[in-house]
Amino acid sequence: MVRPIGFLVGLGFVGVLLWSLLWGAIAYVSEPPAPTAEHAFHKHPKHEVAFSFTGPFGKFDQGQLQRGFKVYKEVCAACHSLRLVSFRDLQNIGFTEGQVKTIASEWAIETPSINPETGEPATRKSIPADRFPSPFANEVAARAANAGALPPDLSLMTKARHDGTNYVYSLLTGYVDQKGYKNEKGEELLKAFPDAKTGEGLHFNPYFANLNLAMAPPLTGNDQVTFDDGTKSTVPQMAQDVAAFLTWTAEPKLENRHSVGLGVIIFLLFFTVLTWMAYQNIWRDKKGH
Amino acid sequence: MSFPWAEQYAPKHPLMRYLDEKLPLPRLVYNAVGAGYPVPRNLNYFWNFGVLAGAALAIQIITGIVLAMHYAANGAVAFDSVEHIMRDVNAGWLLRYAHANGASMFFIVVYLHIFRGLYYGSYKAPREMVWLLGLVIFLLMMATAFMGYVLPWGQMSFWGAKVITGLFGAIPLVGEPIQTWLLGGFAPDNAALNRFFSLHYLLPFVIAAVIVLHIWALHIPGSSNPTGVEVKGPQDTVPFHPYYTAKDGFGLGVFLLVFAALLFYAPNYLGHADNYIPANPLSTPAHIVPEWYFWPFYAILRAFTVDFILPAKLWGVLAMFAAILLLFFLPWLDKSSVRSANYRPLYRKFFWFGLVPCVLVLGYCGGAPAEEPYVMISQIAAAYYFAHFLIILPIVSKIERPLPLPNSITEAVLAGKDGATLSTNTASAQPAE
Amino acid sequence: MATLEQTAPGETDPSEEGVRRRDFINIAAVSFAGVGAAAVVLPLINQMNPSADVLALASIEQDVAAIQPGQAIKTVFRKQPLFIRHLTPKEIAEADAVPVDSLRDPQSLADRTKEGKQQWLITMGVCTHLGCVPLGAAEGENRGEFGGYFCPCHGSHYDTAARIRKGPAPKNLEVPEYEFTSDTLVRIG
Repeated sequence: MVRPIGFLVGLGFVGVLLWSLLWGAIAYVSEPPAPTAEHAFHKHPKHEVAFSFTGPFGKFDQGQLQRGFKVYKEVCAACHSLRLVSFRDLQNIGFTEGQVKTIASEWAIETPSINPETGEPATRKSIPADRFPSPFANEVAARAANAGALPPDLSLMTKARHDGTNYVYSLLTGYVDQKGYKNEKGEELLKAFPDAKTGEGLHFNPYFANLNLAMAPPLTGNDQVTFDDGTKSTVPQMAQDVAAFLTWTAEPKLENRHSVGLGVIIFLLFFTVLTWMAYQNIWRDKKGH
Repeated sequence: MSFPWAEQYAPKHPLMRYLDEKLPLPRLVYNAVGAGYPVPRNLNYFWNFGVLAGAALAIQIITGIVLAMHYAANGAVAFDSVEHIMRDVNAGWLLRYAHANGASMFFIVVYLHIFRGLYYGSYKAPREMVWLLGLVIFLLMMATAFMGYVLPWGQMSFWGAKVITGLFGAIPLVGEPIQTWLLGGFAPDNAALNRFFSLHYLLPFVIAAVIVLHIWALHIPGSSNPTGVEVKGPQDTVPFHPYYTAKDGFGLGVFLLVFAALLFYAPNYLGHADNYIPANPLSTPAHIVPEWYFWPFYAILRAFTVDFILPAKLWGVLAMFAAILLLFFLPWLDKSSVRSANYRPLYRKFFWFGLVPCVLVLGYCGGAPAEEPYVMISQIAAAYYFAHFLIILPIVSKIERPLPLPNSITEAVLAGKDGATLSTNTASAQPAE
Repeated sequence: MATLEQTAPGETDPSEEGVRRRDFINIAAVSFAGVGAAAVVLPLINQMNPSADVLALASIEQDVAAIQPGQAIKTVFRKQPLFIRHLTPKEIAEADAVPVDSLRDPQSLADRTKEGKQQWLITMGVCTHLGCVPLGAAEGENRGEFGGYFCPCHGSHYDTAARIRKGPAPKNLEVPEYEFTSDTLVRIG
């Protein structure tokens, strides 16, 4: 019984699939899917910066993270929150306890709190145990202040985008004039897709998924941020430093992970070789080796 | 035990003798995975994956229990509690990455275990019950993995929950009430998250219980082997311990190496970036995909694009469930008396050039965006999948002329088949009584 | 895995040297597995220790400038109530008047405060009997027979130095570790 019924069920599924295939093929031939501007002109992140933390032995460059923090503080923090990161975490990128305390208490946005006498909403100075306070009280306030756009939280940005570190770097350095913009194949965007013209209040950036984003180019010129360690402050430098900083905020345990992993792998290699030898030993009398 | 020559448990220490009288647990272990279980001597490395699946389940249960000590199943805090684990809990990042990648490792070894069963005909009599229980485990694993993926409450968690529970909505008449009942609301929210957490914690222990049944059912006929020829006598077997414990120890080492490489150096490789964005019911990700181990089934679901008597969506749902359910009938669809594909020339061709590429292609298409040519390719592959099991396999098992089988496992080993050769001086070696 | 060290049943190598070497490898493999399992247990145990965010609040800073003599505040330290009391000269005199030897838990007020800051009595608000929160920190609460704190659960009376004077509690209210970082700023913990 099983086989005749199975045969019929099989024929049913195969038939409906082939029927679907037929209609799909007809549609594909009669009206091939129209290419979209996103498809043809969206670019994958550049891989032009050799970040210190890539690869199995990679480690963060603390100087770079501190520079990146300064870029975040002076440029990004006005709109973008970092709500999953605490001030105390900054001690892990080389700031002293005292410096962290100062950074927390002097942070431009204060931590929400209540007035102890009236219970009214109030703010207080942050302490190291606090997380970074968000620039906007809630999503509605954030959108209202940004012409309807919501500046996303940056804590996990480099993990929330494919190839995140390079994505952040590419996005920050990728703003170009849309007029005359061509892709690798030499097609000109506005000639191929006249409708794709960047709208009012948006900015063209081929590294952004739909090519147009609300954020104006945040890094505009040399010396926008003055680095304490004397590193020359150029747009690519600021972009790669903040990309590194955001990699740390998204994956603060990366260095632990790499070093623990190395130990575990070495241990397991020894273990595996030993178990192989034990296996060969025990089977010696059973099989010819 | 069905092997009269199996070694007998004989405790020497008085304490162990006392225990054996009152609670013969050591005897049970001895007979299950110790020297008391005779196993065909010619098993190849594909027979390692059962033990490895057990190891993967153990890793999942242990890491899961400790993660549950820090996780909070409430939509308002679930995402942040996972990040709390990643940032502030001692070794939390290790435990969470181990659990997330452990799930992938579990599926990798279970898929290889199923592959082994399909190629060597382990599903055939007298081991049908082993196969059926294995499929029950597989279904439970899929449910557990799906609910586990919802818990971090990222974008993929939320939309995955919505899409998968939406499948039930395709059932005529009762579909929508069932969907609402499953979610405890009209969309995934706290009620759904909490019940998924509850069941995600429960099901692994159900899996463990079914594994006990799976092993129990296996021990009645004993393990299958690459020739598919049944064990004929003591010369065909070796005791599980130390022979296969040693081999499984080595297998475990390799498994852990792969696991560690993934966990420590590419922990997010198999995940999806969108799940690091908190769940947002008002914005759908550009491209919703489940975890990789569901891709073949997801491709089948999406392959039905045209209404034909039934709505296309219902066809997709039926086909996706049928794709798994038909495996339950496999022992009766394939009537060939020869188990191992090594001796089935025609079946082997369909297996290597039909089923294997078909499943790989379905997997690839399931992870790709729902656009052409992926949809058309998955339609062809899905059609082959159903044809393979429901049409080709029964016919092949009738018309095929199998190759001559060896008279016994030992003869095959002596002939140097199946990767095992005996050196002359040990040819007569027999397992000690 | 766990019992690999048993020699294989088929092993009848007459060369003793060979047997020893083989045993050694089997024992080494099992030992490695044991070491690995033990190493895995460490993070599983350590994860139950206080996490970084909990430890970050293990010490707090409190400004005491606003507390008038005779008043006390109740604040939170390590998720437990902490009493900070500004003693009046009269309360100090009362505390000093008690002979230390007569106490159940002999401690002078000077032992329980910082030098030169004897008016600041900083104690946990946790009764040493069974952990209830004593009354007496807030305005108008019952301060007990000795003018300090009174635990309503089982009637423990504490004096103006928060020392146990009457009732079942065995010890004085605990004084946490603290230091004045400035004239009015206390760092506790």
